[in-house]
Amino acid sequence: MQQSEQKPGAGSQSQPESPIGAQQRAAQQRVESGERRTLAQAFGRLVPYLQGLKLRWLLGVFAAIGAGVIALSIPVVLGRLVDDIEAIDAVGAVVWTAFAVVLCLGVLEAVFVFLRRFFVIPPASDAEMNMRVSLFDRLVHQTASFHGAWEAGQLQSRAIADLNMLRRFFAFGSLMLLTSCITVTVGIAVMFTWSPLLAGLFLCAAVPVIVLGPAFRRKFIHYSRSAQDQAGEVATKVEESVHGIRVLKAFGRGDWARSSFKEEAATLRDLEVSKMRTLAKFQMLMVLLPESVLAACIFTGLYLAAQGDMTAGALAGFFSMAVVLKQPIEGIGMLIGMVFMAKTSIDRHIDVMDIEPEIASPTEPRTTQERGLVELDNVHFRYPDAAEDLIRGATLRIEPGETMALVSATGGGTSTLLNLVPRLYDVTGGSVRIDGVDVREYSLPDLRSRVAVAFEDPTLFSTTVKSNVLLGTGHHRDEDDPAHPYREKSPRPDQLEQVLAEALHTADAEFAANLPEGLDTRIGEEGLSLSGGQRQRLALSRAIAAKPSVLLLDDPLSALDVRTEERVTDRLRRVLQGTTTLIVAHRPSTVAMADRVALLHEGRIADVGTHTELLTRSETYAKIMKPPAPGGQELMDTVAAAGSEPGTEQDAIAAEEPEEVRS
Amino acid sequence: MTERNGRTANVDDRHFTDTAALDLSKITPPREQDEFAHLRGTAAEEELTFNKEERKFIRRRSLSLLWRASEGVRGKLLLTASAVVVSQAAQAATPFIAGGLAIDWGLPRLIDGDITGLWIPAMLYLLCAVTAGVLLYWYTRMTAEASQAMLYKLRDEVFRKTQALSLDFHEDYTSGKVISRQTSDLEALRELLDGGVNQLVQGIMFMMFTTVYIWISDFRSGLVLLAAVIPIIFLGRWYQKNAEIAYRRTRISSARMIVHFVESMTGIRAVQAFRREHARSRQYRKLAKIYRDDMVKSIGLFGILQPSLMLVGNLSVAAVLLWGGFRVLEGDLGAGLLAGIVLSTKRVFQPLDMIAMFYNSLQSATAALEKVSGLLEETPKVRQVKSPQRLEDCRGEIEFRDAEFKYSEDGPVVMQKLDLHIPAGQTVAVVGRTGAGKSTLVKLLARFYDVTAGSLTLDGVELRKLSEQDHHRHVAMVTQEAFLFSGSIRENIALSRPEATDEEIYDAAKAVGAHEFIMSLPEGYDTDVNKRGGRISAGQRQLVSFARAFLADPAVLILDEATSSLDLPSEQLVQQGLERLLGNRTALIIAHRLSTVAIADRVLVIDEGQVVEDGSPAELIAQGGYFAKLHSAWSATMQA
Repeated sequence: MQQSEQKPGAGSQSQPESPIGAQQRAAQQRVESGERRTLAQAFGRLVPYLQGLKLRWLLGVFAAIGAGVIALSIPVVLGRLVDDIEAIDAVGAVVWTAFAVVLCLGVLEAVFVFLRRFFVIPPASDAEMNMRVSLFDRLVHQTASFHGAWEAGQLQSRAIADLNMLRRFFAFGSLMLLTSCITVTVGIAVMFTWSPLLAGLFLCAAVPVIVLGPAFRRKFIHYSRSAQDQAGEVATKVEESVHGIRVLKAFGRGDWARSSFKEEAATLRDLEVSKMRTLAKFQMLMVLLPESVLAACIFTGLYLAAQGDMTAGALAGFFSMAVVLKQPIEGIGMLIGMVFMAKTSIDRHIDVMDIEPEIASPTEPRTTQERGLVELDNVHFRYPDAAEDLIRGATLRIEPGETMALVSATGGGTSTLLNLVPRLYDVTGGSVRIDGVDVREYSLPDLRSRVAVAFEDPTLFSTTVKSNVLLGTGHHRDEDDPAHPYREKSPRPDQLEQVLAEALHTADAEFAANLPEGLDTRIGEEGLSLSGGQRQRLALSRAIAAKPSVLLLDDPLSALDVRTEERVTDRLRRVLQGTTTLIVAHRPSTVAMADRVALLHEGRIADVGTHTELLTRSETYAKIMKPPAPGGQELMDTVAAAGSEPGTEQDAIAAEEPEEVRS
Repeated sequence: MTERNGRTANVDDRHFTDTAALDLSKITPPREQDEFAHLRGTAAEEELTFNKEERKFIRRRSLSLLWRASEGVRGKLLLTASAVVVSQAAQAATPFIAGGLAIDWGLPRLIDGDITGLWIPAMLYLLCAVTAGVLLYWYTRMTAEASQAMLYKLRDEVFRKTQALSLDFHEDYTSGKVISRQTSDLEALRELLDGGVNQLVQGIMFMMFTTVYIWISDFRSGLVLLAAVIPIIFLGRWYQKNAEIAYRRTRISSARMIVHFVESMTGIRAVQAFRREHARSRQYRKLAKIYRDDMVKSIGLFGILQPSLMLVGNLSVAAVLLWGGFRVLEGDLGAGLLAGIVLSTKRVFQPLDMIAMFYNSLQSATAALEKVSGLLEETPKVRQVKSPQRLEDCRGEIEFRDAEFKYSEDGPVVMQKLDLHIPAGQTVAVVGRTGAGKSTLVKLLARFYDVTAGSLTLDGVELRKLSEQDHHRHVAMVTQEAFLFSGSIRENIALSRPEATDEEIYDAAKAVGAHEFIMSLPEGYDTDVNKRGGRISAGQRQLVSFARAFLADPAVLILDEATSSLDLPSEQLVQQGLERLLGNRTALIIAHRLSTVAIADRVLVIDEGQVVEDGSPAELIAQGGYFAKLHSAWSATMQA
């Protein structure tokens, strides 16, 4: 017992003891790790994504530097021109030379600019795409409890907005920052050759920028990060209001939802404004400092020129250079802002990527002949943020091919127990075994191909009916899909059509054939919306079509009307012969499908037996399963009697009521 | 009760005045005279190409939305714009001060010993620098404030609109789409308003002032600039035409990608249980690749535009240099001024990049705005009439007279002509096959939809004319899906009556039998229900939503298959609560269980949109029709 609790990969080790919510923890972890990481560390983490980018990025850098240096040569040419043209013996050739040089450089500059984009954009977009796909790959392997704690909206803003930001940074920001720095350095060096004094003055403007930079940096990061997080919050509110629209409408509470949405949106607005204010301050600094220094340069330069220490051409060149350098100097501020925004995005990316899925295949998986024996051995389970165990030592053995109903009072943990079998959650104590092997010792694909589930809340995907039903088969998979190991029982590609037809028939989901495009009709987000009962039946056929050796059904018929339920129950009973089935049941009609019934009470399997046995033996079971004492049965009697004497049925019902209240 | 009335009345009034400004649906002409009917609302969202007229129509709609959104900040925007003008004029002047003024005018004077030749250029330069810098700070701030105010308004309006639209709209227009309207589309708009507008005004002003200075200094160089405008116009047109299509395509592919992402994450249990991780990843990679390709294409357009513009600019620089150089030789032009003019010529085209980039964000923002404005143009099918009728106290008498319903004008009739009178206080159970039209009946009563012919009245008041506020107060519905909002259980119950005291909330929970399980939760009523009901079972969710309805204390109660996911003990509990809840109320219950029918005074059997049997349970059993058969099936279930 103790041993199995220490099994590798078991979630128990990483289960936190503190009762703070998983979400809070996630948020905490996120902030901490992001703040701890240095800029270099953050960017270092991106190296794997940038493999293909390197060479083209370097070429892009060369192109960008080329364009930057060419831009610098114009002031030099101009300075020369002013000096040459003011010489006494100036001839037309001076102008022609200058023209030719400027023309060539001009064309070259345009070519370089074209090349920069040509080199960098495709690989940067590839890197963005790869990061996006890796993020998705990571998330899709995260546990259900992870997804319970992280809202889809938050994750999505990490997948879209953050990665867009990174692409822009790699394709544009990083290059321009580098180029701007080089341009400014070279430009100032050229200025030195004209007048060290003026160049020194000009350099003075850079010092305060360097000093004030870090303060600006911290503030900007803070706002930029909060704004991005807040945008996620707003997205979550939107999502909720859209999914809950029926409730909101039913109670006319649109205004309430709106006002809580407005609150979040206002916070976002304020954060964005604060962010821009910080930026505005920095931008002002980037304009004011160099320009004021230039005013001083005019003063000094004119004096120097008047003294004859400097030519008019050098002075013209200096100011031309100052004008050319203005853009990169101003740009540096913006680009530095971009570096930190990029860091924020990287942090947010890494923070998610760094969370190891708590449930994974063991390093040395075991496997065994498939029979369908399911054993629960003193299973304990507690949700990460719960104070006490929900399952407190459940022990149950389901023989191969047996159909077992699982019954408990509302919230008794039946759905949770089902989730433990395919390891959607991991037990926090004890073990679940299939065919004698602990589920944590199987590789996940192996385990999950033996087991199929029909969830209480049927999630279908935006694709065709066919793809939805064949979700657990080889349909629309790569040949070598590692999540789809070879199994004797899995339907072969040529059997899929037949499996599909059978599954639909069993679940009474043949309505699908009558949809506008038959089984190829798209459903879900971008297609047809189906009723709850229809979705439930498709989810049921999906579980059947996977041909598992262990089938888990979570109250699969709850949304069906009586007649359909009866039909489906009949067919299921036939089809399920030979398949071990654990079925969560909330009423006798469902239990009727089962060979035996297990009663889950107070976190333990309190009793196992046939429906009739349990009815007589277990008071709890009788309470859960037996029709309410007088209830329907007695009413029927009264009604039948009243039917022959029209007019008295009202009294009969009235007489009924007090009794119901009593029970 | 009266206090509650007062409150909701205020809220409702505001509802119909404050945001009407943004509501495009209010200015839509009647459909029959509307040549753009096919573009109205969200109909043309996935279209890629439009003819000229259509484009114009969509653009007008988008601009008019922006204009309306700018209400209230227009003054601020104007001020900001003037700050940009002054700031840019100051910045554009600096090369001329350094070149023409300092070298050609100041230097000779200084050599002659005139000290003003030193002071005037330097001081003027400083003045320009300070003006430009301070105003830059000021207008960046102001733009952010104004644009964020506009965005806030738009967000709110989209939110309000989605809430106001009737459910038939939501059935077609999926939640993913609404979410991407609210997030990525408005994000594109934010980029435009935040940076783009600034860049545009800034760039245009800078170009204008530089051109003016060049013309004043030397009109011949100005002529060169004028010649350069011609190829620029052609380039611009080419870019505009292609970029528009490219951007729209990118938006669509990004929306597809987002839907796939969100769906995979919310349906993670199904993905993992059916080992679809790799297949889903593969599909996502495919979608991400399409998006990437579309994006690279649209960025590529800009990659051609930018160097082309630069080439035109550089050629102009060379031309100005050549022409000016000879005139300096002839002594017609100062050498310093020529340097200033050449530099300005080089700089005058620089903002074109910015403007083109603005065009970039304008494109994505336009595409986004088109969709957002389309959504805002949608009209809710169910709307409150201009002067709604009030109904202070409600007994709960319901009457359908010749009522008919179909989802669309040319669609099939979902509910056939119906005459039905439900006296106040009666409990009616509705049964019938799946899809027979049971839900339609109650949804009409809940005003998710309106009858398309005939009438439906509550206490003699036509439902369509009844004020929304009174309708919500008198008619409450518990839906099948018992959605819980993030927040505490307490908040979720109080949803139906926010001003309820804790006592009232507890009483409601006790009445429906939810109190016990709530108290067993870690933090009782303050337990956070987390993401979409998270840890709370379907049955418990139902109990909470029952408590919600109980608290609302309506005259008419509608239960839509509300007991479907309860186990028997819970159902029994709810059943008891239900009877207390029903009291003197009129109730319409879509029943899947005999226990629910048990407390009904009357049963309606619905089939193919018609009431086929109507009577007390006993009568119907005696008739030996559908209900009788159903009843015996039920009996069998009960005995099993």
